[in-house]
Amino acid sequence: MSMRTKRSVRAGQYLALLCYLVFLAFPFLWLISTAFKPAPELGSLHPTWIPQHPTLDNFRQAFDEQPLLRAAANSLIAALSAGAIAVVIATPMAYVMARHRTRLATAATGWVVVSQAFPFVLLIIPLFLVLKHLHLINTLWGLIMVYVVWALPFALWMLVGYVRAVPPELEEAAAVDGAGRLRTLVSVTAPLLAPGIVATALFAFITAWNEFFFALVLLKTPEKQTLPVVLTHFLGAEGASDLGPLAAAAFLATLPSLVLFAVIQRRITGGMLAGAVKS
Amino acid sequence: MALASATVRSGRDGPPRGRGTGRSARPGRGPGTWFLVLPALIPILVLSVGPLLYGIALAFTDSQSGRTRSTQWVGALNFQDLLHDGLFWESFRIGLVWAVGVSVPQFVLALGLALLLNENLRMRWLARALAIIPWAMPEVVVGIMWRLVYNPDAGILNETIRDLGLGDGRDWLTGLATALPAVILVGVWAGMPQTTVALLAGLQNTPQELHEAAALDGAGAWRRFRTVTWPALRPVALSITALNFIWNFNSFALVYVLTNGGPGGRTRLPMLFAYEEAFRYGQFGYAAAMGCVMVAVISVILAVYLAGRLRGGEDR
Repeated sequence: MSMRTKRSVRAGQYLALLCYLVFLAFPFLWLISTAFKPAPELGSLHPTWIPQHPTLDNFRQAFDEQPLLRAAANSLIAALSAGAIAVVIATPMAYVMARHRTRLATAATGWVVVSQAFPFVLLIIPLFLVLKHLHLINTLWGLIMVYVVWALPFALWMLVGYVRAVPPELEEAAAVDGAGRLRTLVSVTAPLLAPGIVATALFAFITAWNEFFFALVLLKTPEKQTLPVVLTHFLGAEGASDLGPLAAAAFLATLPSLVLFAVIQRRITGGMLAGAVKS
Repeated sequence: MALASATVRSGRDGPPRGRGTGRSARPGRGPGTWFLVLPALIPILVLSVGPLLYGIALAFTDSQSGRTRSTQWVGALNFQDLLHDGLFWESFRIGLVWAVGVSVPQFVLALGLALLLNENLRMRWLARALAIIPWAMPEVVVGIMWRLVYNPDAGILNETIRDLGLGDGRDWLTGLATALPAVILVGVWAGMPQTTVALLAGLQNTPQELHEAAALDGAGAWRRFRTVTWPALRPVALSITALNFIWNFNSFALVYVLTNGGPGGRTRLPMLFAYEEAFRYGQFGYAAAMGCVMVAVISVILAVYLAGRLRGGEDR
């Protein structure tokens, strides 16, 4: 390869990468731009990338029009509970799955894979009927229960990877020193797993925070609804004047997901997905 | 039991190692195992396995919402009705077009990006950072965001078209011809990062010495890709494409927000159809039957994928 072709290949690569960067970023930049534009600019036939007179009016209006704070609180309760409960119940099972190839673990793993492939509609109708019997429709608890189970597959996958990274020799050493089983788990294994457990909980949190379909079906009244569901109420009549508040609310709703995801991204992408895809 | 397979894991989580050997005093064996497994197993059984079986059973009943008389078994009646339900098959066709139309370009674009990120380019970190956006965003927000992009007057897409002097643009999401392509583009955008990351992980698992050997043999970039990169990537590529297809076929929120199935049902994906049937018209049995048909189709696709994977031989 001559120097020249090498250089032109490099240039081509940078050009391609630039196209990707633009493609990935431009809708989000447009959302931010729209969120800070005053109404007259939104109504103009020649929108600009940069708001000429940036304003916070859209944010104020968004909070006036819809119960956003209430919705954010609901989302937060649901996501925090789902994340916490999911790791508390998934960690012991992941431990067993990682350490022993029992038939149970194999069956559970198989189920985890299969259940992801089912259309949610087949799951939501019976769940709806069951939750109705339990008087859990239109309650956050009903939704949280669904979210926990919904988060389990990926949580188990992540946690199994983290458990396998803890050398069993450490546990064996503790056992030889006379520590009981529970004590070994609590004092040797758990501390080593802690970062992985936190990452998994955060992932479950993001999943629940973003989720729409179950929340749409299970929550009936505005004071119980989560943020994504309330966001769709802005979509009623989409006059130009409503674009601003819509963009502002959407921008706020996505911030927690982006920040938390940036925090745990390395842990998710660092071989986790490869393992999931390979297994 | 513990020796069933001696897998050596690669990756950054600790040194490669075989499984522990012998009957050691490792915790987590014996009856206490149940104590560890039950907290997760019970919810899975009660809220996942149970409801799914219940859902399949519902497909054979005339279950409806808010009816006073009890639900009856009706055998395969729902499925017979479905056979003659032109609207359902139309939505099914749209679902397949959508799933293929999203999964294939998604894979091609993701592969391109993964190959780029595998090179030593200066702006790699930026691409990695930006890739978080579509991945981490709530689907509802992705839908809202693209509605702003597609907005006929205040949207950036038509403004760009006007700036380039290519006419006035159009109302993309309500045009009969443009609605489905427009939502497909959003689907591609939303799913690309996950696919990229999976492929990148696959690329980084390709033995470097193979590349070097091929380069020494004087193989060009294309031949290196065909003989070294692609064979190593094939299992991951197959898995991720199958998963993407299923995922897209079952998708709901994105299109619900973008078009709610309109205009004139042109973007009514099967899930939107079943959702309306169940929760707008209260036809639980009928909607469950739709779900069963969707599962059947997905199973066929999975079977094809597994067959392809088995033919692929050594799975690394």
